[in-house]
Amino acid sequence: MDEPRLSRRRLLTAGAAIGAVPVATAAAAAALGGRDVPFTEGQANAPVAIEDTKGWTWFTEAEAAFVTAAVGRLIPADDLGPGAVEAGVPTFIDRQLAGPYGRGERWYMQGPWGPGTPTQGWQTRLTPAGMYRAAIRSADAVVARAGKAATFAKLAAADQDAFLKTLESGEATLDGVDAKAFFAQLLQNTLEGFWSDPIYGGNRDMVGWKLIGFPGARYDHSEFVARHGEKYPLPPVGLRGRIEWTRS
Amino acid sequence: MARKLPPVDALLVGFGWTGAIMAKELADAGLNVLALERGAWADTSRQFATTFAQDELRYYWRHDLFQAAAHDTQTVRNDASQVALPMRKLGSYLPGTNVGGAGVHWNGQTWRFLPSDFVARSHNLERYGAAALPESMSIQDWGITYDELEPHYDKFERVCGISGKAGNLRGQIQAGGNPFEGPRQSEYPNPPMAMSYPPTLFAEAARGLGLHPFPQPSANMSRPYVNPYGVRLQACTYCGFCEKFACGNYSKASAQTTILPVLMNKPNFRLRTECEVMKVNLDSSGKRAVSVTYVDAAGEEFEQPAEMIVLCSYILNNVRLMLLSGIGAPYDPQTGQGVVGKNYAYQITSSVNLFFDDKILNPFIGAGAHGMLVDEWNGDNFDHAGLGFIGGGFLGVVQTGARPIESHAVPEGTPKWGGAFKKAIAANYLKTMSIATHGAVMSHRGNFLDLDPTYRDVYGRPLLRMTFDFTDNEHRMSDYLTDRAADIARAMKPRELAINRRKGSWDVVPYQTTHNTGGAIMGSDPGTSAVNKYLQSWDVSNLFVMGASAFPQNPGYNPTGTVAALAYHSAAAITQRYLKAPGALA
Repeated sequence: MDEPRLSRRRLLTAGAAIGAVPVATAAAAAALGGRDVPFTEGQANAPVAIEDTKGWTWFTEAEAAFVTAAVGRLIPADDLGPGAVEAGVPTFIDRQLAGPYGRGERWYMQGPWGPGTPTQGWQTRLTPAGMYRAAIRSADAVVARAGKAATFAKLAAADQDAFLKTLESGEATLDGVDAKAFFAQLLQNTLEGFWSDPIYGGNRDMVGWKLIGFPGARYDHSEFVARHGEKYPLPPVGLRGRIEWTRS
Repeated sequence: MARKLPPVDALLVGFGWTGAIMAKELADAGLNVLALERGAWADTSRQFATTFAQDELRYYWRHDLFQAAAHDTQTVRNDASQVALPMRKLGSYLPGTNVGGAGVHWNGQTWRFLPSDFVARSHNLERYGAAALPESMSIQDWGITYDELEPHYDKFERVCGISGKAGNLRGQIQAGGNPFEGPRQSEYPNPPMAMSYPPTLFAEAARGLGLHPFPQPSANMSRPYVNPYGVRLQACTYCGFCEKFACGNYSKASAQTTILPVLMNKPNFRLRTECEVMKVNLDSSGKRAVSVTYVDAAGEEFEQPAEMIVLCSYILNNVRLMLLSGIGAPYDPQTGQGVVGKNYAYQITSSVNLFFDDKILNPFIGAGAHGMLVDEWNGDNFDHAGLGFIGGGFLGVVQTGARPIESHAVPEGTPKWGGAFKKAIAANYLKTMSIATHGAVMSHRGNFLDLDPTYRDVYGRPLLRMTFDFTDNEHRMSDYLTDRAADIARAMKPRELAINRRKGSWDVVPYQTTHNTGGAIMGSDPGTSAVNKYLQSWDVSNLFVMGASAFPQNPGYNPTGTVAALAYHSAAAITQRYLKAPGALA
């Protein structure tokens, strides 16, 4: 086997060298340790909240109409309470698509591109925002060709449901977009907008959380962990606190 | 041209759990230690403070703590006849990035493997005969025993403050613990966590069936704890944002909450963040690592010489670095020769959902490793004769916190959207729970890792290619576990249940588990393993490879406890023997 090449003594010597010789390089400047851990008070990496919920940042008016109509069917308002539209889900999706998520910034987007097998997952070249754009344009054209209404948003609710089912099953064919993949993304984003923290523009007044009894961003359940079978008594809170503390 | 830096004694590539463990042990031995981490600095107060840690969208669905596929991913396929395509967005597994690695967003489920797990090949051959192991099943013994690892398991459990109940203290079976575990020298440092309703209901039913439910060993603190380094952790608050999240409350053991507070103050330890290692450079003999080449955040290339190099990255990156650096013979699935990339394995999971009418379960109360489990069907704890498979897994209720975007189970037959869905989730959310099974995956000749011929990372290096599928052994075993879970579920008398088996080929889309293993496996024979029992490369004796890449196959438990125990075992061999006489340890 190998000759022994280093002794403990040599190791310590080598260590002393780097300690003694200042190395003025970018690398040395970036080195952490020995009380120079990069802590700056007040520099928390806090979430970026949506402050202005008016209007559209990414959607065109036609796209906004489609998404508003669609999410209203995915989670409708009914006698149980508000649905996705009332919860602000269209605004949530718009702001998400306008940001890093919509641009697919974290996704591997290099080619070559191929369809693959279903078990190989997402293989489209479209970013999430690009997929909405292409799918909605094509979906509205499909609806118009069928002749019941000029756009999806103008269909009667039952016809909207029927059309959404053709997207869900893949029965509908859209130009350049897999209908099933688009529907899956729309449904996922709708659930995200209904149940994520209100700072992102959806789940307005925490209606999504109140519907199911989820208490939100609570920090401490230790008082309740062993109280089996009791109804949880506290109202939901978000990262900015309770509804009545933050409502403008 | 890479700028050459002054040498260090020990260079660590990657700075998660094993990087922190190694750095502490080697720095304590007096070495000058440098760690290179490709991600950024991360600490509790800045990146995941309690004021904003409970954010399902940001941390889970937008992957704030996970590796960006844009930077580095794997290509995947189910068998070698297919063209591998890149995992363009994360799904089935969620590798970490930044300081602390995946140990920041882990659950904290901290197990020891069974004594028989370490001798899986010889044990199964002896008990069931050669016919029980298909020709294509390439399982091996580990070259290390449970008894050798026991003190190192114990050390990690003390550093972390694991909450639990011993089931076997020095050979004496203990009531309330896992009676199947190997003998422990000492009780867990903290008592079990308080139990919420769903795990309690499971345990009652399991006990009624004559089983032995026990609290899951947990790196979530059941009470305030001071570890052997004097670092303080706080009692878990059961907030339910733990699995896939970072803890803002210093209640989950991670490198940040157990080791870094003392390590970062040591004058002979340095960490460089946002420095990505391109390759390990060997000398002309190819038997000695002399340096690594890395690129910093500004894009400048450096050569960092070192007397000793330890790969501490996630398994997929460790294996890729070995392949990119020409360390060890790459595995060839045609001939079965070669070792690097061999015996890639995973885990197989399934579940049973229970829907009650009469029980408010408050499923949002939880923690990453907060559950009651049974181990009757793990490893070789049961007779496999006639079952058509080997291996097993644990099953039970781990109440990690039902965050609604992820957890919105509705009864079978309910539409996925519309008024009926809304009505069903409103009626069921508080009254639903799930029994999960967590099963082993044996190694098979056709499951392996190599370099992709087509796809590249941001530096132009080949991506790692993963060729993997579940085999009959895994499906039979998982179905068997699922049936057992359903038996217990029925004994709990829910209104209805839904059985979710793992069917068909491995699918990269739905999240399953971040328990990827193998590719640089350990063993006692350089012809069939990449590293020895000290995780030292057989080919390059001043290179050590930490992590679950060393597992010859994947037992039915979460890997971190064993990953850490192997790191401590390796560190002990390095500091006690290697430094006195550098060279091959085995």
